[in-house]
Amino acid sequence: MGLLLSAVARLITGAQGHWKGCPPKAEQRIYFANHQSHLDWVLIWAALPSELRSVTRPIAAKDYWTSSPFKHWITREVFNAVYVNRQRTDDQDPLEPLVEALKHGDSLVIFPEGTRSNKGLPQTFKSGLYHLAEQFPGVQLIPTWIDNVQRVMPKGEVVPVPILCTVTFGAPITLQPGEDKRGFLTRTRDAVVALKPGGMA
Amino acid sequence: MIEMLRVLFDPLRHLDGGQQVQLLFIILFGVLLLISGYAAVRTVNDQEGQAQENTARFHRELRAVWVTAVLFWLAWISGAAGATLLFGVVSFLAFREYITLLKTRASDHRSLLLAFFVVLPMQFVLVGVGNFGLFSVFIPVYVFLALPVVSALAGDPERFLERNAKLQWGVMVCVYGLSHAPALLLLQFPKAEGRGAFLLFLLVIVTAIAQIAQEVASRRLRRRPVARHIDRSFSYPALGVGALVAALVGVLLAWITLPIKVPQALAMSVIAAASGALGEFVMKALKKDAGVRHWGNDVSVTGAVGLLDRVAPICFSAPVFFHSVVWYFHLKP
Repeated sequence: MGLLLSAVARLITGAQGHWKGCPPKAEQRIYFANHQSHLDWVLIWAALPSELRSVTRPIAAKDYWTSSPFKHWITREVFNAVYVNRQRTDDQDPLEPLVEALKHGDSLVIFPEGTRSNKGLPQTFKSGLYHLAEQFPGVQLIPTWIDNVQRVMPKGEVVPVPILCTVTFGAPITLQPGEDKRGFLTRTRDAVVALKPGGMA
Repeated sequence: MIEMLRVLFDPLRHLDGGQQVQLLFIILFGVLLLISGYAAVRTVNDQEGQAQENTARFHRELRAVWVTAVLFWLAWISGAAGATLLFGVVSFLAFREYITLLKTRASDHRSLLLAFFVVLPMQFVLVGVGNFGLFSVFIPVYVFLALPVVSALAGDPERFLERNAKLQWGVMVCVYGLSHAPALLLLQFPKAEGRGAFLLFLLVIVTAIAQIAQEVASRRLRRRPVARHIDRSFSYPALGVGALVAALVGVLLAWITLPIKVPQALAMSVIAAASGALGEFVMKALKKDAGVRHWGNDVSVTGAVGLLDRVAPICFSAPVFFHSVVWYFHLKP
């Protein structure tokens, strides 16, 4: 099923991975990317070499992705997703499942904007990335730019159109000693935008 | 001279179809191997500046010919159905590349779906089942109306004409044009049943040779380009040389493999060579308009593989060749 899905993704979008700042190695990593479409995760996943796919996990909103048997099945069995609660409860840290997965040694793909944007440039990043970077200094943070995917499946459409997309992986970023939250989040967002083909537009 | 050629090539005319095709492939791949070997030896020498640029371009062209040759070989060994499927996939990939590089808007989504998942498979199915009546009018008549209707239903009037023209063009070139290549396989030549493969072979070879000869001629002749802003090397003398060289090869090929006279073979080859070369010229103008140099990966970062560059001449020469041959010889599928 996973193989079939990535073959389809490649046929539709090409899903070419461009490793500009780092090689595709089996190190523990957090890929953070711009978020424009439901396909974003599938694209990153298809662009990874197959041996990295099994240890790289997406984050899925628990209420949405467990709402039907199919959604639950595909996120659990095929993608091995990490479920998070969108509703915040007082006694639980929303990052808890992510922390657990990282402790377990898995790599993660996160979209720090928190929601899909279709303005071209990403919105400001949410603070989760900062907290993870703080807790796991040994995990590489890889900025990632997904290009063209908004044309494949604009918001509200369900069938993708075949248009070639690329996924560009940049150089790893680490949290500087004494760097504050806002500075770090701006710096990581800039690193993602800098990977956009054709520069800042 | 003609007598000599006749003595030399007459035995070849009496081989059966399959043997002739095999022989052609052996010759073709042999020649390509020689050229590639020569090119590999020459790359060892250090070059700089313009020479390096030229060598890079030559290697790109050579790769294009290899791809075409292998593609055609695959089409031949897999029979008519396989060839239709193969060209269908090529058409899909080429169209995908075209759409990627010509920007579309979100409101084009439904029309693109229609083009990719209904029109394209339908056209190649029509070729595969040999429905030649519908196959030649399906896109120019029905799709020509259906696409703008779907586009208008999306409710976005911005640049309506431009968006539809882009899409319509892409469908015409990448789907309609290319679908004529496998259609050639299904044509029945009188007194030479099942020799449609030679028509396709003739088309592909002649188009490729015209392209190479024109490239070489334009570099040697250094004439003033006709349209500097579109193509810095395109000139009428180079076009003429390309068509002439291709026509000579084509005449020999057609005369050996098909029951036709020399002037007819000459006319067929010139049509294939000239329409391919002019088609490529048109595609260059389109590329300039879209702001890309090759339909490939090295300048744009869209991930395109440059397939459209390889098939563009055939997209244009196939329909012209097909319909002129059908018209002149009164052929039927």
